[in-house]
Amino acid sequence: MLRVLYFIVSYIFWLLMTLSLEWDRLAAGAVVCLLTTMIFGKTSIQKHKLLQPQRYCWAAYYVFLLLWECLKANLDVAYRVLHPAMPIHPGIVKVRTSLKSDLARTSLANSITMTPGTLSVDVTDDGYLYIHWINVKTQDVEEASQKIVVVFEKILKRIFE
Amino acid sequence: MNDYIGLVFIFIGVLFELFGCIGLLRLPDMYNRLQAATKCVTLGTCGIMFGIFLMQGFNEIGVKALVAVPLIFITSPTAAHALARGAHIAGVRLWQKSVCDRYEDDKKHMGKEKPAP
Amino acid sequence: MDQIILGCVAALVAICFMCLYRAWRGPTVADRMVAIDILGILVVGFCALWAVYTERGFLMDIALAWLLLSFIGTITLAKYLGGQQLDE
Repeated sequence: MLRVLYFIVSYIFWLLMTLSLEWDRLAAGAVVCLLTTMIFGKTSIQKHKLLQPQRYCWAAYYVFLLLWECLKANLDVAYRVLHPAMPIHPGIVKVRTSLKSDLARTSLANSITMTPGTLSVDVTDDGYLYIHWINVKTQDVEEASQKIVVVFEKILKRIFE
Repeated sequence: MNDYIGLVFIFIGVLFELFGCIGLLRLPDMYNRLQAATKCVTLGTCGIMFGIFLMQGFNEIGVKALVAVPLIFITSPTAAHALARGAHIAGVRLWQKSVCDRYEDDKKHMGKEKPAP
Repeated sequence: MDQIILGCVAALVAICFMCLYRAWRGPTVADRMVAIDILGILVVGFCALWAVYTERGFLMDIALAWLLLSFIGTITLAKYLGGQQLDE
């Protein structure tokens, strides 16, 4: 059942990418999407979560929050790069996350990369993330988690769990 | 009207890409360069694509530019994450004035530090 | 209008050369890989702006294909750098 949904989504993506209605392109897209769905169609998403509308509302809010953080991150990088003395104190810190599913952890790591001054380096199985921080304020695990992770974790928990 | 808003978006995007590449040239080690360049170039290219969509509307070029925006936004941080992890495992050191390296400490503690290929 | 877009394209080419300088002088292999990864995304923006300037739609296809191929290439090289097998 989920595979049909994946097929429809990937076919819409193909239509947007080619943007023509000639029959040979439509046929090629159908074959490619069918193969992709058959090979990569295994995921662990529960079906009932796809039917809850409040998750989509939180996801829309999350996109806007991420864009705002991304803009702040760019201004931060511009300040650090153009300053003659380059005010950086880099280091790799360790933070903890309470998210369980792979999809949520991937989103969290990607979001951390787009926020001001942080870049995720590795994630362990028991829920620790290693983060390269361009301006280290604290080396404590709990305090660093408060500063970096919690903003996104609250919303991601409502979207994915 | 839309043309001018699109031009403003394109101009801001090119400006951010310039900042990112200045960071790529000036910053001291690989992780800092990766961080500055990834953030600035991602948002800069997204700005260019969105500006092109505003200028062109729903024709062949505009729709494809709009499709490219989420693609860049998903793939670019993932590539940066993979590069940082691979470089750290391969033994690329941090800048010598770095404050701390908890990842290196934990790797030594676990006794699974791999030799550089 | 066209002159401004042409100016933006020229600026992008200059930025690409800054990137290539880092790929040339990078002290480690990882520095060169970062520069090439960033260059891939810059070329996507360049192709898109050039498509608008010359009004040829197929350049947009080149941009999208370049984006996906650059992502796959970076992931593969990063896995190789991390010492993993490529068929994992």
